[in-house]
Amino acid sequence: MTFWNDPIRFAADWLRDLLTGWGLAAQMTDILLALLGALLLITFSLVLAIFLVWVERKVVARFQDRLGPNRLGPFGLVQPFADIIKLIIKEDITPAGADKFLYNLAPVLALASVLLLWAILPLASVIYGVDLNVALLYLVAAGALGTLAIIMGGWASNNKYALLGAFRMVATMISYEIPMVVSLLIPAILAGTMSVRGITEAQGNVWFFFLSPLAAVIFLISAVAELGRAPFDLNEAESEIIAGFHIEYSGMKFGLFYAGELLHAFTFGGFAALLFFGGYGGFFGLQNLPAFAWLNNPFVQAPVFMLKALIGYWVIMWIKYTMPRVRIDHMLAFNWKFLTPLALILLMTTAVLDRVLDGSNWYVPGLFLSNLLIAWATVEILRAHGRRQRKAEAARVGTGCAQAGAPTAQQ
Amino acid sequence: MLLEYAAIAAFILVAVLVGAIAIILGALFGPRKKTEAKMMPYESGMNPIGPGARRMPVRFYLIAVLFILFDIEIVFFLPWAIVFRQLGLFGLIEMAIFIAILLVGYFYAWKKGALEWE
Repeated sequence: MTFWNDPIRFAADWLRDLLTGWGLAAQMTDILLALLGALLLITFSLVLAIFLVWVERKVVARFQDRLGPNRLGPFGLVQPFADIIKLIIKEDITPAGADKFLYNLAPVLALASVLLLWAILPLASVIYGVDLNVALLYLVAAGALGTLAIIMGGWASNNKYALLGAFRMVATMISYEIPMVVSLLIPAILAGTMSVRGITEAQGNVWFFFLSPLAAVIFLISAVAELGRAPFDLNEAESEIIAGFHIEYSGMKFGLFYAGELLHAFTFGGFAALLFFGGYGGFFGLQNLPAFAWLNNPFVQAPVFMLKALIGYWVIMWIKYTMPRVRIDHMLAFNWKFLTPLALILLMTTAVLDRVLDGSNWYVPGLFLSNLLIAWATVEILRAHGRRQRKAEAARVGTGCAQAGAPTAQQ
Repeated sequence: MLLEYAAIAAFILVAVLVGAIAIILGALFGPRKKTEAKMMPYESGMNPIGPGARRMPVRFYLIAVLFILFDIEIVFFLPWAIVFRQLGLFGLIEMAIFIAILLVGYFYAWKKGALEWE
């Protein structure tokens, strides 16, 4: 083991030797090293969040045919630091009648729920916080903590808009949690483990995206809903309830919500990369050849993972700045009447095919084709449903255009 | 095993500290000039009418109940997904029956109008 193939353990061993050499007890050293590791990963994610503020502003500017921040530093790179200083020196307002403790706790919890996800996010095969064997359960649990932060902030603000936004957000988050967990189960079935690292290592030859593209799509849609980003941003619908649950927050407290949201989006991009797109590894078996052994080096794996996560984040941004907001009844109907049954059917199909095709040459194409078949059947059912509705509408209006799909019959 | 959860505890501690420090920084460096109008809850410029925390539509509670129903069932899926390969045919049939029962309840809720927003 050298620094080049396992930098974290190398540094940890060196520090452990140093600390025990100073006369510290072994348990004390372990606790100190755990704290140091947590501090290191969290600092990294926070620096990343600062960078993401810049990325987000630059990309949205490009989507809207603007330049974005370009005054401070090269390409406006120093802009987020100026933003942070401004957020710190802003007045920190607590509205009258607010529940002070919960009001202050909410932004801390909102950021912490995201930072906790970084504990199970492996950046490379040897660079990770914790390799939990119940990582997927932990992912859902930490997500639920974010829901709690939102309802806390919305309720404690003593503001009608905040309460309404919080209720909408919680309705969205808990609804979309169901298809999300079901789509997370598919990698768990295919890899036979819940550990994120285990799932990633299982994709050495074939990405799970090719085994279950529909699951990846369901995960992406429910991740966007879970984040409360457009088209599911009813929680902060500017034209209706101004800013939703964080309407009363100012200064650094608002900054914590904002940083948490951006980091959350990136983290979900990272999880999509890890669970469906091979994460830090997954070079289609290339890494097993002797000539390409350097692909297994953590200094190659970490940038590969960051690139994949950034692409995932970019897709989430792309959706956000392209789609108009959906109505709340449409959003919930889309989840309960479409995404949930689809995810359950997909789960059952994957389980059956995994059992039937186990070990055969048809394993990969079989699973892929079954997904395509389900997608096609879904689209056909939706089209038939739409046709029926148009017909019923045309018959009701009685304009004489009984023909289905005629342009005058709306919807 | 225990060390893994000690690391998670370290994460929780550091994550909460980071947020707390950020808020304390804001409180230290920000000005503090309270006026009555500034401290009013924001309501598009009007004086707020009535309390901020008020009754909410019952539809939200309906969604919460549906969520609890499905979430408990999904918690049952998770361990099944891990040992699915070891369970063999038994696990598959068992889960098919379980999902069938789940779907009966699902369609019942749909027909009763629990999934409608109005």
